[in-house]
Amino acid sequence: MGLEAIYTELIAEQSRNPENKHHLTAPTVVLKGRNPSCGDEISLELRVENDRIADAAFTGVGCAISQASTSMMIDLIKGKTVAEAKRLMALFFGMIKREITDDAVLEELDEAAALKNVANLPARVKCAVLSWHTLEDALQTEKEK
Amino acid sequence: MSDSQEFRKDFPLLGQKMNGKPLVYLDNGATTQKPESVIQSMCGYYGGCNANPHRGAYALSVEATDIYENARVRVQRFIHAPAAREVIFTKNATEALNLAAYSYGMTNIGSGDEIVITIAEHHSNLVPWQQVAKAKGAVLKYIYLEADGNLSTDDIAAKITPKTKLVAVTQVSNVLGLVNPVREIAARAHAVGAVLVVDGSQSVAHMAVDVQELDADFFAFSGHKMLSPMGIGVLWGRAALLDAMPPFLTGGDMIEYVTEQHTDFAELPAKFEAGTQNVGGAAGLTAAIDYLEKIGFDRIGAIEKDLLDYALPQLRQLPFITLYGCDTTQNNKTGIITFNVKDVHPHDVATILDAEGVAVRAGHHCAQPLMQYLGVNATCRASFYFYNTREDVDRWIAALKKVREVMHLGA
Repeated sequence: MGLEAIYTELIAEQSRNPENKHHLTAPTVVLKGRNPSCGDEISLELRVENDRIADAAFTGVGCAISQASTSMMIDLIKGKTVAEAKRLMALFFGMIKREITDDAVLEELDEAAALKNVANLPARVKCAVLSWHTLEDALQTEKEK
Repeated sequence: MSDSQEFRKDFPLLGQKMNGKPLVYLDNGATTQKPESVIQSMCGYYGGCNANPHRGAYALSVEATDIYENARVRVQRFIHAPAAREVIFTKNATEALNLAAYSYGMTNIGSGDEIVITIAEHHSNLVPWQQVAKAKGAVLKYIYLEADGNLSTDDIAAKITPKTKLVAVTQVSNVLGLVNPVREIAARAHAVGAVLVVDGSQSVAHMAVDVQELDADFFAFSGHKMLSPMGIGVLWGRAALLDAMPPFLTGGDMIEYVTEQHTDFAELPAKFEAGTQNVGGAAGLTAAIDYLEKIGFDRIGAIEKDLLDYALPQLRQLPFITLYGCDTTQNNKTGIITFNVKDVHPHDVATILDAEGVAVRAGHHCAQPLMQYLGVNATCRASFYFYNTREDVDRWIAALKKVREVMHLGA
């Protein structure tokens, strides 16, 4: 089932010491994401300026997969326009649902593509997508402002 | 050979593999596996006797009614209830506790009254009382724990006061695995005129229960945690209380007579059993009680204690394991071991154990206030039943030793 592949040193490292885990000084939107059955809980902070995600960070507790996925997502979306972030979001969801399997296409997800094999762990998919769902809701909140 | 080996052949699922490894099923606190006799009783019902009970004038319906009402009598004897009509079938313990909360609680608890529960309650014996307190303007108070995880005796005395109208307590905590002093709590509750609701979800499958000896007023449990199918549970209550309560769900089969603007309700137990009931589940519950009584709770308890005594010293040797509720000095520990692996989230632990064929629970165990009280976000839980073996414990502990390796944290 490729467990070792999923728990690569990268993920373990990301979850132990994620560089994106801190508060932002002036976030424009802060949103909590929870997996009620697990106790994974993240708080995503974004600073959106002129339709661009100028900065992003998170705080919270959770398993290695949810923490690493959040950190990798932030690496990806920082500096991107909202539209670009949404496109990457669709790509990530497509990867986790195994609708998109072409590695060349997934290359754009950079490190987050390492989470491809989480699709083999149905019980853990919700951990990998928590941050992306939270981003989806946060961008919606930002849009409705 | 351990005593439990002879039972394993009765459980078809225990012979399965999980992720290519022989299954080690250690999530009995969530639900137990089912013996062949229970599975056959369900097949027998649906294959040979299925009809709507209490309705038809034909033989099949009468047979279905007999199966259903016989289950009620079996449950009555199983928990030593005074009368079968006090045994109400529900879909699970959660529904049973909601019945008590909505039908008894909403009617008998008012503004300024106090409801006392413990911090170790499962959400099923917590959220309904929170709802009652909110709706009626009552105060929800908690009995907290001693350092060893047992309920604080001082707190039991202090929190249950003349303002207390209802006390709800689990007989065994689903996280800490400790047996609570229900009789003492009953004495305190009754001394102040409160009624006592007992959640028996984690006890009935593991120890002999006598609701009269416990001096409970209501007692709830699920069938599926005691070898039965899912979808059948029980609320037992004292007849005098149940008789005075309004119905919980209304509709078919719970009426005496209905006119355009008025309904006379049926007597107990039908008053609380609206709609077509789970007769197949009741047949399964009967077979489960037969199976459990054939083994006897002395043997079941002895096997679980042996597994506990075998596992705990080994776990204490592992420097990266933290145990919860395992230091009781009162000889009241059941076969539930809640733990964490240092620096690894419980879900990652459970996933790595899963790859080794070992099934444990990870998360908050439907006891978030207890997790908050213990200062943890989540934990892992292994829970034994009489069909578990020392070999299961060996496989579990061997898998635990792999966890930190997989997470690149060193051995």
